[in-house]
Amino acid sequence: MSSSASVQPQKPKPTSSVKLITTLGLIALFSGLLVVSVFEFTKPYIAENQRIALERAVLEVIPGAVERRDFILTDEGVFPKDQAPESGSIIHAGFDEAGRFQGVALEASGRGYADVIRVLYGYDPSCQCIVGMTVLESRETPGLGDKIETDPLFVANFERLDARLAADGSGLANRIRTVDPGAAEQPWEIDGITGATISAEAIGNMLNRSADSVLPELAPHWAAFEQNN
Amino acid sequence: MHADSLGFIFLNAAIINNFVLALFLGICPLLGVSGKLNTAFSMGVATALVMLISSISAWLINEVITHFDLEFLRLIAYIAVIASAVQLVEMTIKKYSPPLYRALGIFLPLITTNCAILGVALFQTNYEYSFVQSLFYSLGAGAGFILAIVLMAGLREKLELADVPSIARGAAMSLMLAGILSLAFMGFAGLGG
Amino acid sequence: MAAKTDNNPITMDTFLSGIWKENPVFVMLLGMCPVLAVTNSVANALAMGLATTFVLLCSNALISLLRHHIPKEVRIAAYIVIIATFVTVVDYLIHAISLEVYNALGAFIQLIVVNCMILGRAEAFASRHRLSSTLINGLGMGVGFTIALLCLGSVRELLGAGTLLGFPIFGEAFEPWVIMLLPPGGFFVLGAWLLLFAWVKERQIKRSAAASVGEAAVNAR
Repeated sequence: MSSSASVQPQKPKPTSSVKLITTLGLIALFSGLLVVSVFEFTKPYIAENQRIALERAVLEVIPGAVERRDFILTDEGVFPKDQAPESGSIIHAGFDEAGRFQGVALEASGRGYADVIRVLYGYDPSCQCIVGMTVLESRETPGLGDKIETDPLFVANFERLDARLAADGSGLANRIRTVDPGAAEQPWEIDGITGATISAEAIGNMLNRSADSVLPELAPHWAAFEQNN
Repeated sequence: MHADSLGFIFLNAAIINNFVLALFLGICPLLGVSGKLNTAFSMGVATALVMLISSISAWLINEVITHFDLEFLRLIAYIAVIASAVQLVEMTIKKYSPPLYRALGIFLPLITTNCAILGVALFQTNYEYSFVQSLFYSLGAGAGFILAIVLMAGLREKLELADVPSIARGAAMSLMLAGILSLAFMGFAGLGG
Repeated sequence: MAAKTDNNPITMDTFLSGIWKENPVFVMLLGMCPVLAVTNSVANALAMGLATTFVLLCSNALISLLRHHIPKEVRIAAYIVIIATFVTVVDYLIHAISLEVYNALGAFIQLIVVNCMILGRAEAFASRHRLSSTLINGLGMGVGFTIALLCLGSVRELLGAGTLLGFPIFGEAFEPWVIMLLPPGGFFVLGAWLLLFAWVKERQIKRSAAASVGEAAVNAR
């Protein structure tokens, strides 16, 4: 037991390579079967979990929405997911009890303090503003950088953040940005957080970048969301 | 700096999210082989080399696996590739550079179970890096590993002469040192933000 | 000789050695990566401990059953494939049970593959013992590993967030030591536990030495 030599037979015969390959092959076959069966068994549960998590996040950032429907944005326009003629980026839209269109949920990501931060934000075309924001993934410092999720004052910035398009529709009229805590004067400015300057600025920058590029593409097609009731 | 730029990927893996001191990958060699400065450096170089090779092979394998929708085989394929990459490196070095083999040889088998190697392969898949990005990522991770283990060995050599209470000798002392190093590396967070 | 170790009787020690005498974390310093990386809360520590124990038990049971059929030239390759299979299984199971736990543990579930403790047990115990003693020893090791993770996780969560399993313990006035949740805190807390164990061990040795000196003095009289 103490040394491996004492356990092996005194004169180990070299094992034939056929036996080596058969043994490894059988083990690999067994592994393959086990992994595939577990994969097939867990697949629906995993998909369901992910759907629930996504649904919760989408409904959280679009106030008033109780139902999520997916649309596809292509060069041609916006189509419900099952009627899309070609592939494109998926847009999650929220609808209220009466089936009225409430807004869309869009994803933004950017470099934070510790690692990349991913957020989901809700956009309501009727007020042309961002109406909610939730952090999907972040590794920001607990107690400091993670205030972007927990600080109620910071989260309140996103109840009605102006994201109007410029007159020519090519981009945002005003640059969304994070300013010093308490210094926000314009509706498109975000009050920062003391002790989490970089994380808060990262949120402002990623929202600006995402809204500036996606909204001009979506803007001509708002009617397509309304029609599909 | 943009989050996908090559320079940033390198810096991120080497310093900001250092594999050893921030992500805790490869702690075993950090505690085990950091007694002497020159062995620590050899170990670091050997690990970085295997990291690079297995990162390249893992990227290629991932292309094949995703092409055939075999994601559930990814982990098994990666670990098999790493084990064979280690063997390959060992045989190549033995044949072409006996002096290098004598310096690195004993560490090579240990590297198979170094979390940092598998970590690089798994993280580059998670981040969906392209081939060149993966290359820079593994180079950065290797550089970060060498940096951490050499710093650690330097500190431990100095402490050889210090009068440390008997209960704190060995692993406890090394962990405290690693904690202080990790504290220092936290200062790099936010670099390039 | 292999037959001899095969028939070793199962004693309480087969189980207990993993918890105290050969504790994988505090005594043998194995599998440190997950120990430090996922112990910033009790819940994560528990999930990681259970996942590792599951992989340890399943893979070692299989290796023990196949121990006479695996040629020794390819045993490491065979062990690694078996371990990787069960890790993939655990990965999918956790993903299906709770997305929250899955996201919190991240890539560290898959990194169980390179946890030296599992391969070490396979090589040192499972390949030489019959199924029953392998299972009991593996369970002991797994429990020992989980206890060690919980030791770290509870200290780090208590000091770093002022909570235990998410419930506040210290009340509003407590200012959390954020550093305990960050990477340096992991190193410091594990270092402190090792110091504590070294101190206990040294005191035991001193006591037994003092006792034997006392006996010798009595005998000499």
